[in-house]
Amino acid sequence: MSEPPAARADVAVRAPLAGRYDSIVIGAGHNGLVCATYLARGGRTVLVLEAAGEVGGASVTREFAPGFQVSACAHLLHLMPAALIEELELGKFGLALAAQRMPTTALVPGSVPLRIDPLDAAALGAHSPADVAALGGYQDRMGRYARALHTLLETVPPRLSAASWAERLAFARLAWPLRKLGRARLRELLRIGAMSVWDLLDETFDSEWLKGALALDAVLGTNFGPRSPGTVFTLLHRMAASGTGAPTLAQPAGGLGSLTQSLARAALAAGAAIRTGAEVERILVRNDRAAGVVLRSGEQIAAASVISSADPKTTFLGLLGSEYLDIGFVRRVTHLRTRGLAAKLHLALAEQPRFTGLAPEALSGRLLLAPSLEYIERAFNHSKYREFSAAPILEITVPTVNDPTLAPPGKHVLSAVVQYVPYDLAAGADEDRKALTDAMLRALEASAPGIAASIEDLEVLTPRDIERQFRVRGGHWHHAELALDQFLWTRPVAGAAQYRAPVAGLYLCGAGCHPGGGVMGLAGRNAARQVAREAA
Amino acid sequence: MLTESEPAFRKPLLKTPFHERARAESQVDSFIPWSGYTTVDVFTSVEQEYFAIRNAASLYDLTPMVKYRVSGVDAVRYLDRLMTRNIARLKPGRVAYTVWCNDSGHLIDDGTVFRLSESEFRLCTAERQLDWLLDAAIGFDVCVSEVTHEIAALALQGPTSCAVLRDAGIAGIERLRPFELAAFTWPGLPPACAEVLISRTGFTGDLGYELWMAPTVAEQVWDALIESGRTRGIRPVGSKALNIARIEAGFLMPNVDFVNAEHTLRVGTARTPIELGLEWLIDFEKGHFTGRRALIGQRRHGAPRRLVGLDVEGTKPAVNALIYAERAGKHAVGSVTSAAWAPTSKRNVAFAMLDAPHFALGDTVWAEIYFSRELVWERRMARARIVERAFFNPERRRATPPRDH
Repeated sequence: MSEPPAARADVAVRAPLAGRYDSIVIGAGHNGLVCATYLARGGRTVLVLEAAGEVGGASVTREFAPGFQVSACAHLLHLMPAALIEELELGKFGLALAAQRMPTTALVPGSVPLRIDPLDAAALGAHSPADVAALGGYQDRMGRYARALHTLLETVPPRLSAASWAERLAFARLAWPLRKLGRARLRELLRIGAMSVWDLLDETFDSEWLKGALALDAVLGTNFGPRSPGTVFTLLHRMAASGTGAPTLAQPAGGLGSLTQSLARAALAAGAAIRTGAEVERILVRNDRAAGVVLRSGEQIAAASVISSADPKTTFLGLLGSEYLDIGFVRRVTHLRTRGLAAKLHLALAEQPRFTGLAPEALSGRLLLAPSLEYIERAFNHSKYREFSAAPILEITVPTVNDPTLAPPGKHVLSAVVQYVPYDLAAGADEDRKALTDAMLRALEASAPGIAASIEDLEVLTPRDIERQFRVRGGHWHHAELALDQFLWTRPVAGAAQYRAPVAGLYLCGAGCHPGGGVMGLAGRNAARQVAREAA
Repeated sequence: MLTESEPAFRKPLLKTPFHERARAESQVDSFIPWSGYTTVDVFTSVEQEYFAIRNAASLYDLTPMVKYRVSGVDAVRYLDRLMTRNIARLKPGRVAYTVWCNDSGHLIDDGTVFRLSESEFRLCTAERQLDWLLDAAIGFDVCVSEVTHEIAALALQGPTSCAVLRDAGIAGIERLRPFELAAFTWPGLPPACAEVLISRTGFTGDLGYELWMAPTVAEQVWDALIESGRTRGIRPVGSKALNIARIEAGFLMPNVDFVNAEHTLRVGTARTPIELGLEWLIDFEKGHFTGRRALIGQRRHGAPRRLVGLDVEGTKPAVNALIYAERAGKHAVGSVTSAAWAPTSKRNVAFAMLDAPHFALGDTVWAEIYFSRELVWERRMARARIVERAFFNPERRRATPPRDH
C-alpha cells in the first residue's frame, strides 16, 4: 500500500482563519473524502477527521495474514460513476485498475460453471436455448430502466413541499427520464418496480442457475430474499449507480484502499486537511447550531458546518445526542433498519484455487455460489431466525489473479462476501464463528476441491466485526437498509433527507443518505452540493 | 383496583378506591367513564355542587388522572427536552403547569409536573401516552413508569378547604403556597401509610388542594374530610360542576379545547401552545425542547389562529357556536370549544378558536347560538367581546396563609 497521504507534505493545505474551519467532515471513508474534496474545491477550508489510523473507512486494503493483503470490507468497485472518478481526477491521484469489466461466473454444484457475463451462449443454450434470447431482451429492458433511474441517484431529493422554483425544476428533472421511457416501458417499470426479483426472473427465464446468479445482485448486502417484494428495485438501484446500466465490475490495483488513498490525495490537493487517529466524541452545538466537534482527546475544533459521513444512528444518537433533536425524529432514527446481513471471508492460500470445470480466465472475475432462487431463499430463511445457512451464498473473488502484489509470490488471496450472516446471530459468538467458518469452507471445498488444504491463514468478519472495526452501527454495508421505504425522501429519515440535520449547520454525507452505499460516492457529492448551496 | 373478582370484559371500568363512598353519596346514580374508571358525573345537582366549589368546600375524586413517575439522573434533562417550560428551574417541592408538543410544535397534552426530589418527578396527564414518554427517553438515563393505579387522589377545592384540612389535623397546611407540595402525616392512619402528599393545586381557579395517598387509606381520608368539613359546607362533586368551574377559571380541557396532535387525522386540527394562548409556558431560551424549532417559526410568522375568551351577550351558553366577524353571519372566523353560564362571575362565557386577524382583545365578534324553547329551536346572533380567558381569579387563590372562611 502507498504512503498514508495525511503524512505527505508536498501539498499545500489551506489553513483556516482564526482556527475555525468552514467545514469539518467526520470520517475519511470514500463519501467523506468525496464530500471534502468538492467542498475544498469550492474554496472552503475543510478538515477531515478520521478515527482510525488510516483513511479509507470500509474501503481499505489491509494485511490480514503475514504478506497477504485484502480489501477488508468492500472488495469490488462497480457503483462509482465513471464521471465522478473523472471529475475528481482519481487517475492523476494514483487510482489504477488492475482489472475492469470483470467477468461473472455462476458456480453450479455438480456441474460445469456457467459464465453469465459476458454470456457463454453455447453453455447456456445447451441448458436452456430460450434463455439465451430472453437474456438479451431482459438486459436491454433493465438497462433502460437503470439509466432512467440514474438521475435520481445524482439528485439531492427536492423537498416534497417544493417551495422553491429550483425544487420544482428538480422534480421535473427527476420525472423527465421516466417520461422519456415512453408509455409501454413506463407501464412495465411501474409493474415490476416494487415486485420481487423471484417473480420477475421466474416469468422471464427457465434456467435455475441463471435465475440464481441474476437474483444474487438484487439481494447482496440487503435483508431481502429473492421472494421479498422490492428486490427488483434493489437490483435496478445497483444497476443504476454506474450510470451505464451495464455491469462495470472493477478491481483497483492495490485493492479498494488505493481508491480512498487517491481520494485522500485529491482532497489534499484541493486544499483540505486530513487528520487520522482523531476520533470525534461529540458534535458541539451552540445556539441550536453545529459549532464544531470535540475529539476523544478533549480537543475542541470549531467549524461553521459539520458534515458527518458516519451512519445516521451514530451521528444522531451517538455524536449529537437526542437532547438536541425532537422526539419524533429520534423515534424515526431509532426505527431505521440497520441490521447487517453480509459477512466477509478472507483466505490466504498457498496456491491458486482450482474450481472444478472453471476456465482459468474466469478466476479473474467474480464467482457466484447461488445456484437457484430456492437455494438463496432457503439461505435467507435462516437469517430471519438469527441463524446462518449451512448452504451459504458466496460472491467470490481471487484478487491476486489480477494483482499478484497482494500476496507473496505464487500465493493467493480469496475474498468472499458471504450473504445472510445476520448481525444478531442467536447462539454464542465463539462457537458460531467456528461453525460459520466450517460452513463456508465446506461450500468452497465442494466447488474447489483441495482448497481447504491450501489455506495458510483465514479471517472471518461477521457484521458485528464490521460494526466494531469500521464503526458502522449494525454493520450494514449501506449503513441503513436500502429499500423503497428508506429511499429518497425517507432516507435516512424524513427530516434529514436533504443531507441536512434538524440542527442547523449539521449535515450527513454517508451511505445512510440518499442514494446509499456500496462505494458509490454520490452521497458525498450530493451532500457537498447541499452544503455549498446553503452556507454562504 | 386492578384485582377484580369478575372477568374484566364484563365490567371493563375500574372502581377507584373512593368508589364505595361515592356510590353512597350519589343521589342520581350518574356515573361516566374516565380513563378506564367509572366516576361520578353528578352527585345531587350541578348547581348545588358548583356552589360548593365556589362558596364552601368540594371533594372530587381525581384518581383516574393519569400519573407517571419519572426518575433517574437525567430526569431534569429529559423533562426539559420534553416540556416547553423550564423544569431545571422547578425546585423540589414545587409543581408546574406545562404543555408538551410533537416535532411540529403541536400540543400533545397539558399537565402538571411535581418535583418530588432532585431526581424524582410525578407527571400528571389527561391521557395515557407511555409510548411517547418512552420514545422521549431514548438517549437519557431515566426511568418512566405509570403509577396511576398506585396512587389515590382527591381534590379538595373551595374557600373553606384550608380550614377543613387544618381541622382534620393537618398541621401547617396554611403555610403551603400555591404550586407547592409537601408530605403530611395524616392523623389516625397506620404509620406505614400515614403520609399524604398535599399540593396546593387544582382545576377550579380557587383556593384548593390536591391530596395524593395510598389506595389503602383512601376511604379513611375521605371520611376524615367529610367529618371535619361538616360545618364548612363540604360536598362531593362530579365532573359536570367541575367543568363549569374550570371554564370560569379559563382552564383548557384536552379533547374539548384541543386534540392530542398525535391523535388528529385531519390537516389543520392540531394546535400549538401559541395558538392556545399558552405562549407564557414556553421557555425558548432554556435550550432545545421538542417542537422548539417549529414554534420559533410560528412565533416569527404569527399564529394563524388563537384561542380567546368570549364574553357573550345574553344568558344562553354559546355551546358549539360558529363565530362570525359581523352580525349578518357571512364570514365565519372560528368556533366555540367550551361555553357555560358562569354563575359566580355572572357572565355568559366561552372559549373560541378564532382565525387571524380576528382575535384582538377588545374586538367584537358574533356568536351564532342555537337553543331550544320546549323543543322549538331558535337561533340567535349574540354579540361577543374578546376578553382574557380567566373570568374568575380571586385573591384568595394566592393568599398565604389563606383567610379563614
